Formats: sequence, C-alpha cells, structure tokens
Amino acid sequence: MSERAIIIGAGQAAAQAAQSMRQAGFDGDIVMIGEERELPYQRPPLSKTYLQGELGADRLYLRPAAFYEQQRIDLRLGLRVASIDAAAKTVTSETGETLSYDKLLIATGAPPRRLDCAGADLEGVRYLRSIADSDALRPALSAGGRIVIVGAGYIGLEVAASARKAGLDVTVLEMADRVLARVAGKDVSAFYEKLHLDRGVDLRLGAALDHFEGNGRVSAAVLKSGERIDCAAVLVGVGAAPAIALAEAADLRIANGVWTDDHARTSDPSIWAAGDCASHPSPIYERRLRLESVPNAIEQAKVAGANMAGGDVVYDAVPWFWSDQYDVKLQTVGVSEGADETVLRGDPDAKKFSVWYLQRGRLLAVDAVNDPAAFALSKRLIAARAAVDAKILADPDTDLKSLVS
Amino acid sequence: MPKITYIEHNGAEHVVDAEKGVSVMEAAVKNMIPGIDADCGGACACATCHVYVDPAWMEKVGKPETMEESMLDFAYEPKENSRLSCQITVSDALDGLIVRLPEFQG
Ligand SMILES: Cc1cc2nc3c(=O)[nH]c(=O)nc-3n(C[C@H](O)[C@H](O)[C@H](O)COP(=O)(O)OP(=O)(O)OC[C@H]3O[C@@H](n4cnc5c(N)ncnc54)[C@H](O)[C@@H]3O)c2cc1C
Ligand code: FES
Repeated sequence: MSERAIIIGAGQAAAQAAQSMRQAGFDGDIVMIGEERELPYQRPPLSKTYLQGELGADRLYLRPAAFYEQQRIDLRLGLRVASIDAAAKTVTSETGETLSYDKLLIATGAPPRRLDCAGADLEGVRYLRSIADSDALRPALSAGGRIVIVGAGYIGLEVAASARKAGLDVTVLEMADRVLARVAGKDVSAFYEKLHLDRGVDLRLGAALDHFEGNGRVSAAVLKSGERIDCAAVLVGVGAAPAIALAEAADLRIANGVWTDDHARTSDPSIWAAGDCASHPSPIYERRLRLESVPNAIEQAKVAGANMAGGDVVYDAVPWFWSDQYDVKLQTVGVSEGADETVLRGDPDAKKFSVWYLQRGRLLAVDAVNDPAAFALSKRLIAARAAVDAKILADPDTDLKSLVS
Repeated sequence: MPKITYIEHNGAEHVVDAEKGVSVMEAAVKNMIPGIDADCGGACACATCHVYVDPAWMEKVGKPETMEESMLDFAYEPKENSRLSCQITVSDALDGLIVRLPEFQG
C-alpha cells in the first residue's frame, strides 16, 4: 500500500509543503484538509489591495485548482479536523471521518486574538484573518463614518491606510506609547506615526479601550479614561495566537506554538509543523522563534515538505517580512529583539531610509523603508552572520555594497 | 486574450492566453509555468518573479520603476532586460510578448 501524508490546514504553509513533498519525490497520497472553503490563498492583500476592492478573490489563490489535480493533492476543503490520535496515527474530522496517516503536517496558522470586553460581541466589531473577514469588513469602508481600529500593529495600520484611502474617518487606539511597538524600533515607529497623522488618522497612543457600546450594532468605543468615540465600525488587530489545540490534545510538545526541531519535526517523529502555528530553534539567533510571515511559512514548509519526503534539511532561512501602507513599503529582515545599538541611514523625511539593529557588533536586523537595496544587502549580511562596524554604517558616504564581500 | 510565451531556462516553451489586467507573473502562476516562485504574491517585495524580457519587447514593456530596479539589482544574475514579472501588466499591446526565465529565483 502506498504511503499517505495528511496536511491539516490549507493555507500558505500547507500549499507549499505539499508542493515541496512532490518536488522531493514523495509519491504517496497527499490529503490536505482545510477548514476554509477557498483554495489555498495569500492573506497579505486582505488588509491592502483586496480590502480596497482592487482585486477579486480568484487573484488571491496561490495555485489554480488544476495544479492540485496535476500534483495529485487531494484537497478536502470546508472540513475541520477535530482530533489527532498520534498513537494510532489517525486524524478525525468534525464530520466523524477517520483517516490514517504515515506522515502528518500541522499547518493550522494563527487566528486573531479576540477581545472579551463588554460589547465585544456587538455586530460590526470585526477581526481580519480570512477572505470572509475581509469581505465582511469591506462594506464598512464604503459606508463612510468613523472606524475605530484597536491595535497599531501591522494589520491595524494597514487597515487604517486602506480606510483612509476609502475616505473614512479613522481612529487608531494603541495601548503602548508607540505604534508597532512589538516589532519595530523607535525610529520606525516615529516614522509611521507621522505618516498616519499626515494622512489624517486620529492616532491615540497610550489609549486603553474599556468597552464598546451599541444597540445590537456597535456605535461607540469607550476608553478607560471615560472618553467615548462614536463609530460605525470597529476592527480589532491585537495580535494572533498560534492554533495549537489539536497538537496539545495529542500531547505534542508546545513552546509558544507547536514545538519543532530544526527539521520542522514535532516531538512525535511522524508529525511535522510549519508556519504561524510552529516555533523553531533559529540557528542564526540561537533561540526559539515563532514567526508570522509569508516568507517563514514558505521556507519552513519547504523544509517540512522535503523532510517528510525523506530528506534531511535544516531550517535556517533569514526571517523577513513586508508591509504596505499608503505609498510606503517596509521590508524587515531579521529579528531586532536584543539589539544594543541602532544606526539610521537615509532620511525619514524623504520617506527612504533604513534602521540597522546591532548586538555586540553583529547585525541582527534591518527595517528598510522604501529602500530595497538595504533590504537585499542586509539579508545577505545576516545570513552570513556578519559583523558590521557601526561607524562605517553610519557614514552616509559608505556604499552598502562594499559591506558584502 | 493576449498570448505570452514563457521560455524556461532549459529551453522549454509555454504559450499561454493571458487575461488582460493581470500581471505577467499571475498569468504564469495560473497556467502552472514552472520557474516563477512569486513568494510575495506580487507585492514587489521578494524578487522571486524575475524574468528576462525578449529584447524585441523591451521598449513596449518599458523600464522598471525605482523600487523594482533596486530589487532587480539583487536578483539572481540581473541583466539589462531584467524585470519583475509581477510589475508588468498584461494588455493588448503586449500580445505576443516573450519572456525568458532565469536558472534560479531569489
Ligand atoms: C490581513 C493579513 C495581512 C498580512 N500581511 C502580511 C504581509 O504583508 N507580509 C507577510 O509576510 N505576512 C503577512 N501576513 C501573515 C501571513 O499571511 C501568515 O504568516 C501566513 O498566512 C501563515 O501561513 P500558515 O499556512 O501558517 O497559516 P494560514 O495561511 O493562516 O493557514 C492556516 C489554515 O489552517 C486552517 N485550519 C486551522 N485549524 C484547522 C483545523 N483544525 N482543520 C482544518 N483546517 C484548519 C485555517 O482555517 C487556515 O485556513 C498577513 C496576515 C493577515 C491576516
Ligand atoms: S512576486 Fe514578489 S516581487 Fe514579484
């Protein structure tokens, strides 16, 4: 009998892993089970061009339906996996169907964290992860009035930009004293604060939400300070939590996500995990990371797919990410946490600059704003674990290309 | 529908009918042309949709904008006729376009 691989989830990592398994010569059955009804699709446009109505859902699909047929990938969409029995090597769907596997991949992603304050269940209080979520939010963009966005992370700020483009009044509430506080340095936060203020966003830093009000439908957000902000819609973007319930119930090791080794394998030798739901040991940063980005989902799934096909590949890709807001593109390379020195190159007022994060002289990360050259070069430097002289970096006359040998 | 020819690095040719308004990258993905990864899905952020535009078509296709140009600088083996295919929009004017794929992406 031929081997069977099951993939739980049908998102970015799942699609890549299936493709990589075939590329690595896996000839058995591949069954991909996804809760959503759509073909595997890319999420980034959900807060950007797709939300703005610039493209249809069919342009989000990662591959056409014919691809899965050609590659003999059995897509079971609109079906949720209810449990994994790691001892019996089976998964059971919510409809009660049980399938056995030889190899299993968990690629369940990270759904948004939900608020539980009073009024959080009012109509019009929305989250953004799926096509369905973006479809549900879009009418609010054409309805006019004010949208309150809770959380100034990437998704919150991207929706703020899309909503301003659509002509809405926008208030962004952020508990921290700066935007993007968890992911970017102070210079970058300051740049994005100014960008949104210049575009007319009512940005409230250090503002804590208390509850929502409304009669069936949300009509106001009330702050801890007592201030009441009338609004027609609310978007909550307060981060995501890895979908670990299945893994936890199957007694797999958990460490801020499904624990994997450097081969994307979980604590069970027949089960792998990839994408937003998984944490992995990073050889570059010498600690465990869980990343929420398309490049991480793709690269980690390539490793999982190759290893599920019998390969021996280590996950060692340099993390990166991008964000589009208005006419500004941010490309981030690496992870800046732990930096003891930062160097600013270029001019934030000219909307083209980069911030370089160093730790004891070693380059950890770079935030590049409208500066693809800094992005591409730093990716190479970080992959090479390069030491960089802060003085040379800070010199505007330094040609970045001279840093890579 | 405009016809676009993709020529893989190994010489394999694929002619596809491309929908107007989508990018040359999207037409490739939709028609399962190997050799274009398009990791960022067309956001001009990854440079894994690199193609070489046939010299006869360079003028019609036009030059890359500044952002794209610097991304191309760091693509695998960039040349004078390099473009990111996610930044080229399919139109009647490009009916018959020929692009060649590099050996590697990224
Ligand atoms: C609005 C938005 C904008 C983004 N913008 C960017 C960006 O600009 N750049 C960037 O790099 N990243 C961006 N991201 C992040 C990126 O989309 C994710 O990191 C990526 O999708 C992760 O892929 P994944 O396969 O791990 O998870 P997903 O793509 O979320 O796929 C997981 C799938 O598993 C399904 N699933 C979960 N549990 C089960 C179950 N029990 N049974 C069956 N199916 C199940 C889920 O329904 C989901 O469809 C953005 C994300 C969002 C939401
Ligand atoms: S698809 Fe990423 S740059 Fe073209």
